[in-house]
Amino acid sequence: MKQFLVFVRKEFLHIWRDSRTLFILIWMPIVQIILYGFALTNEVKNSKIAILDESKDEATTVIINQIDASRYFQVVAYLHTFKEIGATFRQGKVRMVVVFPQGFRDDLLHTHHAQIQLIADASDPNMANTLTNYASSIINDYQETLDRDVKMPYQINTQVRMLYNPELKGAYNFVPGVMALVLMLVCAMMTSMAIVREKEMGTMEVILVSPLKPFRIIIAKTIPYLMVSMLNIASILLLSVYALDVPIAGNLTLLIGESILFTVTSLSIGILISNSVKTQQAAMFTSMMSLFLPTLLFSGFLFPVENMPIALQIISNIVPAKWYYIIVKQIMIKGLGFQYVWKETLVLIGMTAALLAISIRNFKIRLE
Amino acid sequence: MQEQKVITAHQLTKVFGNFTAVDHITFEVDRGEIFGFLGANGAGKTTAMRMLCGLLLPTSGTASVAGFDVYRQNEMIKRNIGYMSQKFSLYEDLTVRENIRFYAGIYGLSDVQIKQKTGSLLAQLHIEDQEKTLVRDLPLGWKQKLAFSIAIVHDPAIVFLDEPTGGVDPVARKEFWGMIYETSAKGITIFVTTHYMDEAEYCNRVSIMVDGKIEALDTPAKLMKTYDANSMDGVFLKLARKATRAGE
Amino acid sequence: MRALKFLLQKELRQISRDPAIFRILFIMPIIQLLILPLAADYEIKNINLGVVDRDHSEYSRKLVNKIISSGYFRLKDYGNSFPKALHTIEQDKTDLILEIPSHFERDLVQDNEATLFVAVNAINGVKAGLGGAYIQGIIQDYNQVVRTQWIQYPKFNPQATIEVTSSDWYNPHMNYQVFMVPGILVMLVTMIGSSFAASNIVKEKEMGTIEQINVTPIKKYQFILGKLIPFWMIAITVLTIGLVIARLVYGIVPLGNYLTIYLFASIYLLAILGLGLLLSTYAQTQQQSMLVSFFVTMIFNLLSGLYTPIESMPEWAQWITKFNPVSYFIEVIRMVMLKGSGLADIKYHILAVIGFAVFFNGWAVINYKKRSS
Repeated sequence: MKQFLVFVRKEFLHIWRDSRTLFILIWMPIVQIILYGFALTNEVKNSKIAILDESKDEATTVIINQIDASRYFQVVAYLHTFKEIGATFRQGKVRMVVVFPQGFRDDLLHTHHAQIQLIADASDPNMANTLTNYASSIINDYQETLDRDVKMPYQINTQVRMLYNPELKGAYNFVPGVMALVLMLVCAMMTSMAIVREKEMGTMEVILVSPLKPFRIIIAKTIPYLMVSMLNIASILLLSVYALDVPIAGNLTLLIGESILFTVTSLSIGILISNSVKTQQAAMFTSMMSLFLPTLLFSGFLFPVENMPIALQIISNIVPAKWYYIIVKQIMIKGLGFQYVWKETLVLIGMTAALLAISIRNFKIRLE
Repeated sequence: MQEQKVITAHQLTKVFGNFTAVDHITFEVDRGEIFGFLGANGAGKTTAMRMLCGLLLPTSGTASVAGFDVYRQNEMIKRNIGYMSQKFSLYEDLTVRENIRFYAGIYGLSDVQIKQKTGSLLAQLHIEDQEKTLVRDLPLGWKQKLAFSIAIVHDPAIVFLDEPTGGVDPVARKEFWGMIYETSAKGITIFVTTHYMDEAEYCNRVSIMVDGKIEALDTPAKLMKTYDANSMDGVFLKLARKATRAGE
Repeated sequence: MRALKFLLQKELRQISRDPAIFRILFIMPIIQLLILPLAADYEIKNINLGVVDRDHSEYSRKLVNKIISSGYFRLKDYGNSFPKALHTIEQDKTDLILEIPSHFERDLVQDNEATLFVAVNAINGVKAGLGGAYIQGIIQDYNQVVRTQWIQYPKFNPQATIEVTSSDWYNPHMNYQVFMVPGILVMLVTMIGSSFAASNIVKEKEMGTIEQINVTPIKKYQFILGKLIPFWMIAITVLTIGLVIARLVYGIVPLGNYLTIYLFASIYLLAILGLGLLLSTYAQTQQQSMLVSFFVTMIFNLLSGLYTPIESMPEWAQWITKFNPVSYFIEVIRMVMLKGSGLADIKYHILAVIGFAVFFNGWAVINYKKRSS
């Protein structure tokens, strides 16, 4: 046991003395969480739109003001002819144009029927749809103010309740994903590079010759990174709650426990990678290809897994980050308990066990 | 007579922070000499040579190489010198021929000259059949000779060799010095640093650096007499006893 | 100038012999252009619907049928109890629940009014917003159907209605591939260009050949150009391959001009390669340069507007994207390919990347010292 601790101490010193690595291990996650936590979102706000008002009467003015006042829209241009719409879109200035035909208010008062045309730049279909919907509902609200005294017959009212995220904030969807990404990156990549560094420097042989069992060597190598990761988990959670306004709705202990589990899974991947490559460069490249890209693609926070072809959906099951992302959402955003995440937890435990088993077997073989 | 002294240095100094790597050295090298720059690891030889080659800016002192001032005429110096680094600095993923062609071209040789030089170089080294071999597949001894040949492909006035025989077996080392003699006979000045003291005896004159200073500068024969030693090794040991700096 | 020719010859030979380059040239385009677009489909479809029908009336059944036949929703749960349905949201089995209270039909006909309840899992705000809007739209349509059953129009139309029509320009099939593939292509070209450039100078540093070069009369700008040009050629080749794949596999043809894209790409690549070279001049080992370029690339990648719109970012983040050359190209390629934008439309973007190119390459030349001090 004492030899084991000596080894662990050496590993700590390695990290401590290499200020650059330390910087990456502790500061990079924080920077990334803040950067991506704030910036990665598909929430709609302040979308630039243009108005083509061929009427310019009281009614259109009121509607335009209401649209501009909403947090979803920002009127940046007033067009004069229909032709200008194409040019405005081509210059990338606006996402949508609201067109009021001539005599809008007159039509409304006399024939009780007027039209508004919403022309959306559908390059980004969801954005176009969302903007169209928001604009329609603002126009609808205006319409209701006109008809306040008249009641429609056979009226079906719909009450919509948005669960877990009433303000439709983007962070609730993305922050758990960013957590998974950052933890996975730091743990797996850094660990694999650290272990391989030993191989590269040639000191690995010396250690292998020592009486310390190889499995213990591996564990000793990963313990410092486990500690650093716990620090990261803490800072990530603190940032999420206090900086990104994503509160922890569920059990904090459970969340931390699951995060530690995910960290261990990531570390196991790092160990596996380090077994298979010879140089740090290769370790880094392999981590990137087999961790970063799949996590980004398949964890589900950036791309909806349910939209992918079946083949890709099956592949996504191999990515640990996918399961962790689900777990975090259940606990942190929905506030649910263990009975809702036991399946995913089991999957992570299973993956970790399998990875460690393979690593041990490979490592042993190396001795011969 | 014009340019008899191809290298002159006066109080040349290089300081890194509060560490003085080269401490006010003064010396001269004559045209056609084989000048050995000796010293233990960390004595400052490589630093000094780098200053002369234009790779490092001196902190103070003056120096001129091939008649050009190291501070202001750096680029002119580079046209007139050859250089062979410790790592031999050949492109491992290019063939022998391609390496020759590249460096010759960089130094401004015309296509005709390049062809000619390549042919004679390959013949001299007896590696005509290896011209299409990738450098990484050559044995160390061949790489060394090739690197040297390439360093003088443009017939420079001086060629600087930084520990050219590191890691090479004694037989190959001897062959290499044979090449150096041939080159010197053509009138090219050789400035070579090394920590192999026995190689010192191959030089016309040597200087021995200890802790950044030149502690001795003379022909090997005279040095051995002065320090009452029967080999350059012995000379060095006597001088090194005064050294306070550990190796690099 | 001749020196440049020799430099280029050497670089091209080295590149053609490097096995890693070919691996990357094949693996990365395949992954990025064939697999990534399959994954990057943000379309809101197949919303999992749970229905709590306490009415079991003709109206409730007709409504549910109408909702399902719209194609947006998949019925995953049908029951009597709201708490049980809520449970399915918790388990992520459904995304949205519609509760039809008992006496729905009766209330509607007799009291002229009835209320439906919708609960949506709003973790994914956009999905929830659109899902809610879709179902409300369907309910409103159904409302009209009910009304016309009982009332004859236009006799009864006392109030003003504003009819809102919407048209979608540039992407009539509302297809995400058209939107994502060009952007992904930009990412591909950027990553290949910058990673090669970043590791290249450092490799020479590590091998020691850079010292050899420094001793020769080669000028700094010649050296940098000698590195820039070959990689520029590779990147343009990759761009071409990508555009061909976009056309053949996805049927994506630019509304605008290919030449506009190439012109912009040429300048853009100078900027990106310049950045890679600049990073390379600072690093001592390949590992360092890879680490740094990896993080920089990741930031550029994620904050470029490729996956999430720049407009959704907070102000300070939007400012950061102004310093991200990638975001300019992503915008330009989408503008040119989808909307047919021309050179005049992207003049601001062109100026910006020229600025980046001059800045990065200039800094790299200055920073690359043949002589250390």
